Amino acid sequence: MAEDLLIIASSPHIRAKDTVQSIMYSVAIALLPAVAAGVYFFGWYALAIVLVSIGSAVAAEVVWQKLRGQALRVSDGSAIVTGLLLAMNLPPTAPLWMAALGSAVAIIIGKQVYGGLGANPFNPALVGRVFLTASFPMLMTKWALPAGYDAIASATPLAVMKAGGTVPLTNLFFGSIPGCLGETSALALLIGGIYLLIKGHIDYRIVTGIFGSVVVLSLLMGLDPVAQLLAGGLMLGALFMATDMVTSPVTPKGRWVFGIGVGLLVMLIRNGAGMPEGVSFSILLMNAAVPLINRTTRPRIYGR
Amino acid sequence: MASKTFRGGVHLNYHKELTNQKPLINVDASDVVIIPLKMHIGQEASPIVKKGDRVLVGQKIGDTSAFVGVPVHSSVSGEVQKIDTTLLPNGLRGLAVFIKNDGQYELDPSIKPKASLEELSSREIVDIVREAGIVGLGGATFPTHVKLCVPEGKDVDYLLVNGAECEPYLTCDHRIMLERTDELFYGIEAAARACGAEHIKICIEDNKKDCIELLAKRCGPNCEVVALETKYPQGGEKQLIKAVLNREVPSGTLPYEVGVVVINVGTAVAIAEAIQKGMPLVKRAVSVTGDIVNNPGNFIVPIGTTMDKLLDIVGGTKEPIGRIIYGGPMMGTSIHETDEPVVKGTSGILVLGRNESPLIGEPDPCIRCARCVDHCPMHLMPNMLERLVSKEELDKAKKMGLNDCIECGCCSYVCPSKRHLVQWIRVGKMELIARKKREDQKIASKAIETA
Ligand code: SF4
Ligand code: SF4
Repeated sequence: MAEDLLIIASSPHIRAKDTVQSIMYSVAIALLPAVAAGVYFFGWYALAIVLVSIGSAVAAEVVWQKLRGQALRVSDGSAIVTGLLLAMNLPPTAPLWMAALGSAVAIIIGKQVYGGLGANPFNPALVGRVFLTASFPMLMTKWALPAGYDAIASATPLAVMKAGGTVPLTNLFFGSIPGCLGETSALALLIGGIYLLIKGHIDYRIVTGIFGSVVVLSLLMGLDPVAQLLAGGLMLGALFMATDMVTSPVTPKGRWVFGIGVGLLVMLIRNGAGMPEGVSFSILLMNAAVPLINRTTRPRIYGR
Repeated sequence: MASKTFRGGVHLNYHKELTNQKPLINVDASDVVIIPLKMHIGQEASPIVKKGDRVLVGQKIGDTSAFVGVPVHSSVSGEVQKIDTTLLPNGLRGLAVFIKNDGQYELDPSIKPKASLEELSSREIVDIVREAGIVGLGGATFPTHVKLCVPEGKDVDYLLVNGAECEPYLTCDHRIMLERTDELFYGIEAAARACGAEHIKICIEDNKKDCIELLAKRCGPNCEVVALETKYPQGGEKQLIKAVLNREVPSGTLPYEVGVVVINVGTAVAIAEAIQKGMPLVKRAVSVTGDIVNNPGNFIVPIGTTMDKLLDIVGGTKEPIGRIIYGGPMMGTSIHETDEPVVKGTSGILVLGRNESPLIGEPDPCIRCARCVDHCPMHLMPNMLERLVSKEELDKAKKMGLNDCIECGCCSYVCPSKRHLVQWIRVGKMELIARKKREDQKIASKAIETA
C-alpha cells in the first residue's frame, strides 16, 4: 500500500519556505507603493498602463510556451514582475499599445529566446524599455506634469539640473516631479526596497555599491549627491532593476563590482555623454559583464 | 562576549524543545539485535563468531587488521542466529551478526577497568580506544583512534570537544553534557593525553546555555568553554575549527594538519567508559523525536536494537509516518524499513509526517539568486557544481571544489527553485571515486600484462 511506504530521499529532508513564486510575488508587492505613487501623481491612466503592461507580459509568456509546447509556468510570477517593471519605466503619457508592445518584447526578446526563466543575460524589462526608446523616441520622452503641480516646466529634473537649474529635493523625494511612471517617488521606492532588503530578496551589496559610488563621484564632481540619488531612474534602477537576481552576479565580491560599476557608469553617462539619464544603459552594460565578473570573482574555497 | 561563528551556513527551526528537557533513559535491546560489521568509515570488520555461538555483552564479534577500521562487539548476551547481509542506514547492504537476545545481559569476563589515566601512555590509550571500537559518535563515524594517533612530525596543540549539536531536533549530546559530566571530563582528559594537546576548548552552541554554564564551572586551567552562534553547520569539524581558532584545514587534509583534534562529547564519554569500566562501545545515546511522535525522548540504546522497538518505546506516532531519518533532517539518511538497527553513528531517529517533508518533484530553473553561494560554509558555488556534474564535466567540477563539499545540505535547503544541489554533488563525488577505481584497475591489469 503506497500510503504506508516510507519516503526515501537524499538529505536534506527539509527545505526553506521561499520559492521562486514567493520571491516574485514579494517583488511585485514591493512595487505597489511606487504604483500607488504613480497613480496619485499622474492619475488613473497610470494604473491602466500598469495593468495593460502586466497583462501583455503574461499573455506573451503563455502564447510563447504554448507555441513551443513547453509546460506553462506563468504561475511563477516572473512575467508579472517584468510587466510591472516595464510599466514603471514608461512615461505616464505612454499610449497603451506601446505598453503592451514593450512588455511583449521584454518577455519574448528579453527572456524567452534565451530559454526562459533564469537563462536571460539582460534584464527583460530594460530590454523592453530600450526597444521602445529606440523605436519611439518622441513618445518615450513625453513627460507629463504631476496633477496639481506646476513648479517646474516639462523637463525632467535631471535635464533641469544639467541645464544648470535646481529642483527642490523634497519634490524629488516625495515624487512631485515629471518623469517615468515609477520613478517619481523616491520614498515609495525606498519603502519597497527596504522591504525586499529585509526579506533578503535583493542584495545589499549591489544597492550599496550603486548608491556609494554615485555619492562619492557626485562629491568629487562637485554635484549635490542627494539630488543625484533621488533624481531620474536611479532609485528604481538600483533597487529593482540592477538587483534582478537572474542578471546580476552570483559571487559576493561580484555583486560589489557590479553595483559599483553601475554607479560609475550612471555618473559617467549623466555628466559625460549627451544624455541626462543613463541608468538603463548602465545596468544593461553591467549585465553584459556578468559572466566575466562571475568568472573573476569566485570566492576562495575554504582551505585553499 | 559575542558567540563565535564561521561565514555561511543557515539558521533553521530547531525543534529542540521536543526533547531537550528529557533525561537519558536506559532501554532494553530488541529480542534480536542486528549488529553490522561496518558501522564506521574504513575497512569492514570480519566476523569472528559463528552461528550457534553464545556471546556475551562486550564480547568482540568482529575485527579487522586495517588501521582505519575498528572491531565490533555484542551489545547483548545470547546466541548468534546467523551472519547475513542487512540493509544499512546508508542504504547499502552489508554483513551483520544477528544475535538472539536472552535478556540476561551477562558481561564478558574481559570487561575490566583499565589502569588509571596517569599510568597509561598515549599509545596505550589509543589502543584501548581502538579495541573498544570507538568511532566519532557525532554521526561521521570516523575511527577515533585514528584521530588520536597523531602522525610523527605533526604537533597538536588544541583538542576541540564538539558539543555544538547543530542539527535540528537532536538533543542527545545536550543531555550527555548535562548528565554525564564526570565521564565527559575524564574522556576529554584521556583524549588530550593521547593526542598531546595542551589546550582544550569545549564548543557549544549558545542555544544550550545550561551546558555552557555547567561545563564552564568544571573546566580546569587548560580548558575553556566556547559559546558558538547557533547556526548550522556549526558542528562541522572545519567550521568549528574556523570559528574557534580561526584556522582553516587545508583542502584534502585532516585537522591535525593545523594542530587540532576534534572529538564529539559522546565520543569522549565512550572513551571514559572504555578506560574506567573496560566497556567497549555497545550502547549510545539516541534522540527519538519529531513533532508527530507521541512521547519523544532521549535514550541509551544497545547497538543493534531495531527501530520498531524504539518506536514502541515512544508510543508510536500521532499521524502516518512520512520519513524515518537516521540522524538530523539536514544530513541524516532516510530508511526503508522499521526493522533496521541502531548503529554507532545513529545520533537520532527523526520521524517526520507526510506534510513535514514531502517529496520534491521537478525543480524550477536556477534563477541565479546566489543563495546557495552565500550560504555554503565551504565557500563553493553549488549552482556551478550542479551544472558541471549534470553535464559530466567532472574535471572542472573537481577544480571548483567538488571534493571540498562537506555535504551539509545548506545549498539545497536555501534554493528557492528547490534544486537538488547537494544531491548532484554527491553523484559527482561518487562518480569520481568510481572513475579512480576504474583507472587503478586499468593500471593494475596493465602491470600484470607487462610482467
Ligand atoms: S556545496 Fe556542499 S558544503 Fe556547500 S552548502 Fe552545498 S552541501 Fe554544503
Ligand atoms: S540557490 Fe538555487 S536558484 Fe539560487 S543560485 Fe543557487 S541553484 Fe540557483
